[in-house]
Amino acid sequence: MSDTPTARMADDLVSSSVAPQTQEIIHINDLSLYYGAARALVDISLKIRENVVTAFIGPSGCGKSTLLRCLNRMNDLIDNVRIDGSCEIGGHNIYGSEVDVIELRKRVGMVFQKSNPFPKSIYENIAFALRLHGMTKKSDLDATVERSLRQAALWEEVKDRLHSSGLGLSGGQQQRLCIARAVAIQPEILLMDEPASALDPLATAKIEELVLDLKKDYTIVIVTHNMQQAARVSDYTAFFYLGKLVEFNTTRKVFTNPSHKQTEDYVTGRFG
Amino acid sequence: MQTIPNTHTPEPVAHFHRSRFDAWSFLFTGVTGACTYLIIAILLLILGNIVLNGYSHFSWRFLTGGADRGMYDPETAGVLPMIVGTASRIILMTIFVIPVGVITALYMTEYAHSTSLGIRIIRGAVANLAGVPSIVFGLFGWGFFLNFIGTHMDQLLHPEAAKAVWGKPALIWASLTLAVMTLPVVIVATEEALKSIPHGLREASLALGATKLQTVLRIVLPQAMPGILTGGILAISRAAGEVAPILFTGAVSFYPDLPKALTDPFMDLGYHVFILSTQSPNIEQTRPLLYATVMALLLLTFLLNVMAILVRAQMRRKLRALQ
Repeated sequence: MSDTPTARMADDLVSSSVAPQTQEIIHINDLSLYYGAARALVDISLKIRENVVTAFIGPSGCGKSTLLRCLNRMNDLIDNVRIDGSCEIGGHNIYGSEVDVIELRKRVGMVFQKSNPFPKSIYENIAFALRLHGMTKKSDLDATVERSLRQAALWEEVKDRLHSSGLGLSGGQQQRLCIARAVAIQPEILLMDEPASALDPLATAKIEELVLDLKKDYTIVIVTHNMQQAARVSDYTAFFYLGKLVEFNTTRKVFTNPSHKQTEDYVTGRFG
Repeated sequence: MQTIPNTHTPEPVAHFHRSRFDAWSFLFTGVTGACTYLIIAILLLILGNIVLNGYSHFSWRFLTGGADRGMYDPETAGVLPMIVGTASRIILMTIFVIPVGVITALYMTEYAHSTSLGIRIIRGAVANLAGVPSIVFGLFGWGFFLNFIGTHMDQLLHPEAAKAVWGKPALIWASLTLAVMTLPVVIVATEEALKSIPHGLREASLALGATKLQTVLRIVLPQAMPGILTGGILAISRAAGEVAPILFTGAVSFYPDLPKALTDPFMDLGYHVFILSTQSPNIEQTRPLLYATVMALLLLTFLLNVMAILVRAQMRRKLRALQ
């Protein structure tokens, strides 16, 4: 197989040759999602391992973002959404009646496609959620803001202007600020919805580096349109098409030896 | 793609010179311009008329004097009680209308499903409320606030009192009536402000584990403040000159004191103009007084607006510093 074009691309790109066999932390079972009468996700079953990067890929409208937003129940915000099946995180069904959505979202952080820093200072962008969750001491806040900015590889660039606006940063810096903001409250899982799709190649490279770095501490699920990005940063890849999970395997397997023709066509750029 | 052969030779520039006079364009430009300048002309006429007729009696004594020493006599009449009355009812109205209007708009944009029947009914009600003639609000305020609520409050709080305390024209009822009248303005302005806030900010806050209330109070509302103040400014402008809603609910033709309590009746600049023009024993003699009173009303409205605009500018500056 290694002499096919697909395999050669994967050899160049795929970051880790062996996908780590860590604990499975997210169990999605027969999950279907309806927007009104339209079924956007069809019987998805998927197990996501902790401290690895799992990429969701697929053409526009395939449901990858929708599934991602199921994991922290952001779909709750949309009218007329119905969800069947279950999604367990750490053994608890997050759609159970006793689940505290606030607590869930503290444990499952999210970074959005369009960077959305608050119109507040860099410092306050991060301190916002810390204060909400009960951190009041200035020294604690200072330390956590610094730690988060360091984790997001932004500290060196902004340490002298923490109290100027977050919106004054460049696009890539804004997105890293959003990552810092998300990791500040120390979630277990970090969801990233095409975090680099609006960024230039250099800023994208920084975000990717950051993703690889963050997986030591977080379980990362990343939605991406960019095949090379999925290959570079992820350990596992799930390919979606028309609301169905077509293939889920190690990234190496998906990119070098996919089991489905559809997957191969997509990862080699023949459609999508 | 086929290449186009470059055989086209440009016409001499003179060809583009206007060869005939386009009368319709000229006429239309003239008409639109004339209409626009007409507005300025009308405004200047109104202001000029008022100032020319009123400035001779517009003095510090006039602004700070009371009405108790003959309110139809240009030599002694003052409008301080009317200024205080008008300013009080406008400020009180603002205090009532802004919270209710903002909370209504918050419910409509942040909480309710935008397509639900309830919201469609509320929207219709807001639009209709805005179209109700102001005298109807006056009657409503008299019937509901003064006669119903006021009278019942008297029965509950002052059963022994010989004279009505709440069940009579009072500053609070006039202000509440004006608040009901200007509610649609504040609701619509706040709604527009809320809608212009990017959805991503709300999502970002919720995704960090903020509750809906925390998101609304700490992220959404601060962004909407300038828009809310715009609503306040519009409400002030609308309410300042209205007389009909306060006719039966609070304004009186003469009251010896400045209004000191919510239950006091008050004299009002707008209402006073009406009194001067209809009740004076000598219309010719009071006419300059009438114009001077109108000047005072315009000035007061202007000052209240300027204050609100300055506050809004300050907020915009603060928000812009973060952008």
